[in-house]
Amino acid sequence: MKLKGADILINCLVEQGVDTVFGYPGGTVLDIYDALYKSGKIDHVLTAHEQGAAHAADGYARVTGKTGVCFATSGPGATNLVTGIATAFMDSIPLVAITGNVGISLLGRDSFQEIDIVGITIPITKHNFIVKDVTELAPTIRRAFKIAGSGRKGPVLIDILKNVQIAECEYTPEEPEKIIPEKVEQGKLKAISELINASKKPVIIAGGGVIAADAAQLVHELAQKADCPVTYTLMGKGCIPETDPLCLGMIGMHGTIATAKALSEADTVIALGTRFSDRVALNRDKFAKGKTVIHVDIDAAEIDKNVTATQHIMADVGETLKSLLPLIEEKQRKDWRVKVEAFKKENAAKKNTSIRAFSILKTASALAPEKSTLVTDVGQHQMWAAQNYPVNVPRRFCSSGGLGTMGYGMGAAIGAAFGSGNLSVLVTGDGCFRMNMNEMITAVSRRVPMVILLMDNGVLGMVRQWQKVFYSHRFSQTNLNQNIDYVKYAESVGARGIALNKDDDVEKVLKTAFETAEKESIPVLVDCKISEDDNVLPMIKPGQTYDKQLETLEEN
Amino acid sequence: MAEEKKYTIGALASNKSGVLTRITGLFTRRGYNIESLSACATEDPEVSRMTIILKGDEYILYQLIKQMDKMEDIIKVGCANELDCVYRELLLVKVHAAPEMRSQIIEINEIYKAKTVDLSPETMILEITGDPDKLDAFLKVIQPYGILEMQRTGVTALARGSHTLKDRTDGEYKKLSHEE
Repeated sequence: MKLKGADILINCLVEQGVDTVFGYPGGTVLDIYDALYKSGKIDHVLTAHEQGAAHAADGYARVTGKTGVCFATSGPGATNLVTGIATAFMDSIPLVAITGNVGISLLGRDSFQEIDIVGITIPITKHNFIVKDVTELAPTIRRAFKIAGSGRKGPVLIDILKNVQIAECEYTPEEPEKIIPEKVEQGKLKAISELINASKKPVIIAGGGVIAADAAQLVHELAQKADCPVTYTLMGKGCIPETDPLCLGMIGMHGTIATAKALSEADTVIALGTRFSDRVALNRDKFAKGKTVIHVDIDAAEIDKNVTATQHIMADVGETLKSLLPLIEEKQRKDWRVKVEAFKKENAAKKNTSIRAFSILKTASALAPEKSTLVTDVGQHQMWAAQNYPVNVPRRFCSSGGLGTMGYGMGAAIGAAFGSGNLSVLVTGDGCFRMNMNEMITAVSRRVPMVILLMDNGVLGMVRQWQKVFYSHRFSQTNLNQNIDYVKYAESVGARGIALNKDDDVEKVLKTAFETAEKESIPVLVDCKISEDDNVLPMIKPGQTYDKQLETLEEN
Repeated sequence: MAEEKKYTIGALASNKSGVLTRITGLFTRRGYNIESLSACATEDPEVSRMTIILKGDEYILYQLIKQMDKMEDIIKVGCANELDCVYRELLLVKVHAAPEMRSQIIEINEIYKAKTVDLSPETMILEITGDPDKLDAFLKVIQPYGILEMQRTGVTALARGSHTLKDRTDGEYKKLSHEE
């Protein structure tokens, strides 16, 4: 059948199983929005700002495993997506961003709202396209989804010229192409299994690749068979239940004491779907010195990039583990487990429970509905949430890891709620919340059930913590110094707001918050007043090794 | 740091606008030191071929190849250093050549197998093809006459024998030996 480009776009999205799109209309996407209106097959979530739409599509993708989709108009609409696209790129989240652009007769003439968004997004997309001819439109959209969702996942942008949206061409529906993972090299598997079988003190590091490959169960099987403790990166949170005897907790700059001790003693590191970023490896030359390193990653460029592997496999973690598991000897590593138990005990004993955020997060995690998603912004509250709010199932955690995008949370929490059909718990700080608090309007208008735990200390806590440690308490521009009544703000946009000022009120207030959010299907903001001097601990300074973990801060 | 060397990298890419921007952007972004890059369409008009000369160590070489290999527009990429290759570069150089100097320059041309492709009352344009070292040597001799302007194409390379880049299957990248 002959269709207009805009209708072809909507049809192709439906082909790909897209049910929800986050976006914002404008001049060069009028035809796309008209086609969306007529089709009625896709739910469009109108955000307050295009950045919110990009983060929402990202949150939707993280909880569903599907590719998230966002729309924006040309020029400022497109540039407003950039931070969201970059966030998805750094965390390997599948996203298709669709922008309109001026018609071909106006292109390259600095026309109104014209911008080279393809040029701008080259470094932050897996690939991007500008569609100048309507016959290329359907194949481009199909290819974009394939690129976004295969291999190491990531964002793809399609810039569609206005004339393409209007022009007609023949359209034939197609089934989406199946993504078949590449075969795992069998020879390597044997070598790797021998290294694991021979190891006395192995540790598994599970990263975001485990979540992306839906391989948490297989990682668990490997851990049990090899009697091997597991630590996870921020991106891998949810891949192992916190209560599991083999779970060490998080790795990294603010990882657990148990992880740091186990890593320092380990003879073998089994890195699954993780890239040894500077927040994990800290000192890439010393991180695994003298240890056997097994690295499984789908992206060849990650192998030997930061840490040199003894043996590696460039493949999907799930496919690799399926073939590897039969070669792993079922073994009890008693001596190692006794040590690991001791590390875990020490970890529990030294846990920083005195800060108010701890009791808030503990209580919230106990009260939150079972299928809710934990979403964080970036900073101290993010690390506190990662440390103290257990996430025992994959795809129930959204956080900007690689890019560290302040302001990510509001949009992502909305997207996560649409993707999961359940409540989102957003843990944020006042610095982050102020960046995109406009999206609360979106959450109210679409009646998104959400509990916002606003860790309100009046300062940019993480930056301030670094100023304490590295800059002799010179608090340059980290005091927000504003008296905002966040409860009133929440009420003003039609949400609910509750102040939380006393330790004794934590349980009562949070109970009300969760009940209200669920019953009324509405965002409820809890303004949690916390001390500006609370720190994130333990901490390993950049460039340091895991045996130099600090349990208190020697403040200069 | 491992030893700095020159590496010749061959790549086949889709012959579309913007591909070169993506590739050069990658080099800038990741801080690779590229000495020359030459690119043009091949016998298949949909495919372009490029030869890149990289200055760096093995770590950078393998990172560059793997990062390029990830790009959607790249069909094949590989290092040609271990192969027996024919390397060629073309140079056009415009020199001061007053009538009394011409015969001297033509004599140099003969020795280097260069050609005179343009002659004006005061200048000559010389053309020479060869490997980069030969071009360097030629320029050294020509320099004293006064170079008005010049253009080199950058190195192009093809492996000898039946070996082709298109059919190359490296499979696995060579293990890197990092220095402590």
